[in-house]
Amino acid sequence: MGRLMRQPRRHALPGFGLTLGVCLAWLGLLVLLPLAALVLKAAALGPAELWQAATTPRALAAYRVSFGCAALAGLVNLFFGPLLAWVLVRYRFPGRTLVDALIDLPFALPTAVAGITLTALYASTGPLGRWLEAAGWKVAYTPSGITVALVFVSLPFLVRSVQPVLETLEPDIEEAAATLGAGRLTTLWRVVLPTLWPAILSGFALAFARAIGEYGSVIFIAGNLPLVSEIAPLLIVSKLDQYDTVGATAIAVVLLAASFAALLALNLVQLWTVRRRSAEAR
Amino acid sequence: MRHAVAIAVLLLALAGCGGSAPDGTHLLNVSYDPTRELYGDINAAFAAEWQRTTGGQVAIRQSHGGSGKQSRSVIEGLEADVVTLALAGDIDALHDRGDLVPADWQRRLPDNSAPYTSTIVFLVRNGNPKGLRDWDDLVRPGVAVITPNPKTSGGARWNYLAAWGYALHRYGSEAAAQDFVAKLYHNVPVLDAGARGATTTFVERGQGDVLLAWENEALLALDEAGGHERFELVVPSLSILAEPPVAWVDRYVDKHGTRALAEAYLRYLYTPPAQAIIARHGYRPRDPTVLAKYADRFPPLVLLTIDGAFGGWRAAQARHFADGGTFDQIYAPGR
Repeated sequence: MGRLMRQPRRHALPGFGLTLGVCLAWLGLLVLLPLAALVLKAAALGPAELWQAATTPRALAAYRVSFGCAALAGLVNLFFGPLLAWVLVRYRFPGRTLVDALIDLPFALPTAVAGITLTALYASTGPLGRWLEAAGWKVAYTPSGITVALVFVSLPFLVRSVQPVLETLEPDIEEAAATLGAGRLTTLWRVVLPTLWPAILSGFALAFARAIGEYGSVIFIAGNLPLVSEIAPLLIVSKLDQYDTVGATAIAVVLLAASFAALLALNLVQLWTVRRRSAEAR
Repeated sequence: MRHAVAIAVLLLALAGCGGSAPDGTHLLNVSYDPTRELYGDINAAFAAEWQRTTGGQVAIRQSHGGSGKQSRSVIEGLEADVVTLALAGDIDALHDRGDLVPADWQRRLPDNSAPYTSTIVFLVRNGNPKGLRDWDDLVRPGVAVITPNPKTSGGARWNYLAAWGYALHRYGSEAAAQDFVAKLYHNVPVLDAGARGATTTFVERGQGDVLLAWENEALLALDEAGGHERFELVVPSLSILAEPPVAWVDRYVDKHGTRALAEAYLRYLYTPPAQAIIARHGYRPRDPTVLAKYADRFPPLVLLTIDGAFGGWRAAQARHFADGGTFDQIYAPGR
């Protein structure tokens, strides 16, 4: 960065200093400030107290539910997200624009509305829940319900991160692979997926990070039983209701660390892929 | 330059989201979950009365949510002129944690500052298929009880204490009472965060055999279209006297210049017209004449008081609902 600062004239577009300044100030104000407040609050508590509050049996059970359901939801979308993106990019069919717009609905819908709607659908009186429960699968008010809600809210991440990469992937490459004698599965596995992996992983990490913190849509369908279907964000809210900021902060720090770790891992994987690519290209 | 103008216009528009300036004719009533409809009617009646007696205009805004959450919002800066919450503990918190009201706030208005009372009753499915008549029936295996989480819901704390009080009364020891509520909560398949959520789970989603509910919520569910064909109200032999208190918030009424208006608003709740509105919404009115008029809605039953049976809210909160209290012990792993 030092080099860039010293030779600003190299940039074709003016305004680097100004835009970087605005960008950093904005990020600092909106993202870093609240996060710093959280970390400061946690630091003031002392590691022993924090550790104790973050590792109560209730909290450990809540992490298992939150991380487990978020990972499961991510895995479900890992399959269906790219599939949807594939269909939307590669085929032209009536109503395609509509389907494309529908993908973003989980972003746009208030999460509480999503939660209430999903609960109405999947409760034992609901149109879907009635059949599922007859088949022995209770969805609403169990961890299955939490997973369903998380699949719903995190679907757009997978689709939207894979879609642009697929659009730049020319069908010529697949055709070339086919002419060279590759079967369909080989083409998919050796030619298409390697290009898509970074995008898929990035979508997965975003979906996972979002799902860990999701509260509004989950709360209605979860059942919220301690040790069984209580998610970590709910534990934070109930601790705050008890004026127990220590407990709430401790759990918040764990969630924040997990989200950050997921996003960091994603960036490392992407870096590694790019390096390997460029090494291969050479 | 054009951009600067555009940004200035945008900022002005955003400033509009900050709320209106206080001019002494606006009240913000921060209340708990099931009082939406009640205060909707009260506000209209009070505004008319205020205009008739003083000629002044008054606009009352409402905010609803879990009682504890609402209390915390006020402590953290939601500038409520009056609070009308589910339990005295949540207004005590305004004194303890924010110094927003004086310590003796509850003595400023009649009847412990609670212009209406309620109690905890059972709402069961039509025909009462499981034959649920009293608290003992709720701990039977195979009975599903819907009640919200006492950690997040004021109403749920009343439910919990009513069950505890019954068991203590019936079986005579604290250990037996703790055992009884543990059995009861093992029959709870869904712990909603608030009273309204629990009602929805029972009424709309068809979960559970019995809903532990505020009497006013149960009456509301019955009054709604088809309620009487779908549900029955069961009054247990013993329950708890819930006194949802009201208070003006000294710090904010002085800031807004609304002290007189806020006090008049809360005193209005004790007048016969307001008491009648209160009774129509299923809360037990304090006024004996109004109560007599609605006697068929409010059958008499033995009612424990929070002060008599539990030594007040502070003691009950610390013993039962604080971290590691009797409620948390129910959900300790391995039980």
